[in-house]
Amino acid sequence: MKVTVKLFALLEKYLPRDTIDQTVEVDVTDGASPHVVLAKFGVPPQECHLLLVNGCFVLPSERDNFVMRENDALAAWPPIAGG
Amino acid sequence: MAWHKKILRVNLSKGTCESEPLNLKWAGKYIGQRGLGTKYLSEEIDPKVDPLSPENKLIIATGPLTGTAAATGGRWSVICKGPLTGAIAASNSGGYFGAELKFAGWDMIIIEGRSDKPVYLFVQDDKAQLLPADDLWGQDVWETEEALLARHQDPQIKVAAIGKAGEIGCMYACVVNDKHRAAGRSGVGAVMGSKNLKAIAVRGTQGVPVANPAEFMAATTEAKKVLAEDAVTGQGLPAMGTQVIMNVMNELGGLPAHNHRDVQFDGASKIGAEAMILPRPDGSTNLVKNQACFGCTIACGRISKISPEHFTVKNSGKEWGASGGLEYESAWAFGADTGVDDLDALTYVNFLCNMHGMDTISFGATVAAAMELFEIGAITTKETGGIELKFGSAEALVEMALLVGRGEGFGLDIGLGSKRLCEKYSKPEVAMVVKGQEFPAYDPRAMQGMALGYATSNRGACHLRGYTVSAEVFGVPVKMEPSATEGKAEITMAFQNATSVVDSAGICSFATFAWTLEDVQKQLNADLEGDWSLERLLETGERIWNLERQFNLSAGLTKADDTLPARLLKDAAKTGPAKGKVAELGKMLPEYYELRGWTPDGVPTNATLDRLAL
Repeated sequence: MKVTVKLFALLEKYLPRDTIDQTVEVDVTDGASPHVVLAKFGVPPQECHLLLVNGCFVLPSERDNFVMRENDALAAWPPIAGG
Repeated sequence: MAWHKKILRVNLSKGTCESEPLNLKWAGKYIGQRGLGTKYLSEEIDPKVDPLSPENKLIIATGPLTGTAAATGGRWSVICKGPLTGAIAASNSGGYFGAELKFAGWDMIIIEGRSDKPVYLFVQDDKAQLLPADDLWGQDVWETEEALLARHQDPQIKVAAIGKAGEIGCMYACVVNDKHRAAGRSGVGAVMGSKNLKAIAVRGTQGVPVANPAEFMAATTEAKKVLAEDAVTGQGLPAMGTQVIMNVMNELGGLPAHNHRDVQFDGASKIGAEAMILPRPDGSTNLVKNQACFGCTIACGRISKISPEHFTVKNSGKEWGASGGLEYESAWAFGADTGVDDLDALTYVNFLCNMHGMDTISFGATVAAAMELFEIGAITTKETGGIELKFGSAEALVEMALLVGRGEGFGLDIGLGSKRLCEKYSKPEVAMVVKGQEFPAYDPRAMQGMALGYATSNRGACHLRGYTVSAEVFGVPVKMEPSATEGKAEITMAFQNATSVVDSAGICSFATFAWTLEDVQKQLNADLEGDWSLERLLETGERIWNLERQFNLSAGLTKADDTLPARLLKDAAKTGPAKGKVAELGKMLPEYYELRGWTPDGVPTNATLDRLAL
């Protein structure tokens, strides 16, 4: 299945060169978890702090088991804050 | 012991500068800066006073950690009754000015009355004098600072000044120090301008005493280690700055856009932190480097440079150089809220706001409101002077900044702020404000805690009075579901009380992304005489919040002012994870009042006032 992956801030370095708007589409096995998707880009789980699927939070404890679906959008950030 | 125990009282009507002792009893109850400044203001003015009259006072206050070795110990505040809101105003700034004031031997300046002619205050250690500023009146902030450094032949002088916006009474004029740090919100610069005070220039050569030096050095060294080892304050903030939030808010559907009609912005990726480091065709980037305020080991500040080929600076001069910004709130207000996705245009507008002394949030949000008025036909090119004030127009945004900065044409209307602008054109519902102050960059329909925080903020819509985003989005100190209302009254109150402490201590609230209140307590306890326990700090934070509330109630504000615009309460978010949701303020406000020990009408009960010794 196809999912969209967006890696922001210091995670941008794990994206292929020339990626536009930090966004790539990728093929993964059906039902893949966020950690499986991130592993395709070599993102170490401990570097991923904030993770959203379709804008909704996925807690660290759920990232191995959460079932992603076709056309889902995964967005991830390292530890960040601001305001 | 953290204090020089000296206040500089400046009476502009009489032209006098006098020293008087700091009220240490009050300092013991309100810490310093925001809390102590508010105590002095509450005691010295009638809260019903016209904010732009000589009877209002302008208090420049440091905290007990300002100018010390504590990390982020460069903060200072401007306290007065705010013209934008009619409520208490306490605007906090960084940079180097606050520490310099402390080095000069002063804990606080109380400015009262009004000068007949433009003046500036020059403080050189113990000596303070009012000097003519006729030649500076009309100059921008940058020109004023350069002129004062040259006049007094001392490059170490630190300057806080107003631009033309403050001189002419722009309702969100700010006080800018060190060229690009600002006591930004609520119109404190308009109060300074109303007093004919152009600038405060300070040079200090004294240190800052602390109560227990050995304990203080140990506590501050340990606290710096905490900041360095934390991934947010040690890596995330210095590398990406606050601007990293732009894409976060857009992804979770909490990025207000087009004057809060939308909660996501198509151009978000073009104006956030990632865009600031994206190479241009010539290899340069918008971001030049990061920068720290006095004593800060985080260094989240952005220094940026506009492409010389950009339309904003092609025929200009001083905006070519690198300067401060963009920060997230400013980029949002100029960008997502107005629908403009031209990063260099936003950077230029940011420079103009710093030069002319305009609050970036309120300026951008007011332009967004004007764009909506233009779109619905409430104003036309007749009012705007021929400008097509359309959402998405970088040219129109830039023109508005120039007009407000010069105090010309439709810029005078934009300078009124959203509330008065929309009332003038008979569309008050278009103004996205609380207590007259424009919202910052978090849509409360996507984060219910912010709905309550905005509505109950003592200075009008503000994210910094109770930043529940920290819990609702970043999981600090605990992760909370943003769409839930349960538990939000409690966490909002906790954030508000804790932030009151931090804002009164002389340090930056960003340190608390890594520091707990215990980390702050250890430093304050070594800095100050007496036993400053965690319990005492928490009670003090609550006392400060209630003191501000009392000021507002005495000024005439009521429960009716603890609300949000109908758009946020009734119009559901159109897209994103919060699609279909509104701000559910009514579910949280009664519980909040109860937890605060206030009546159902939002008035602190006698028992609460007694408990807090108010």
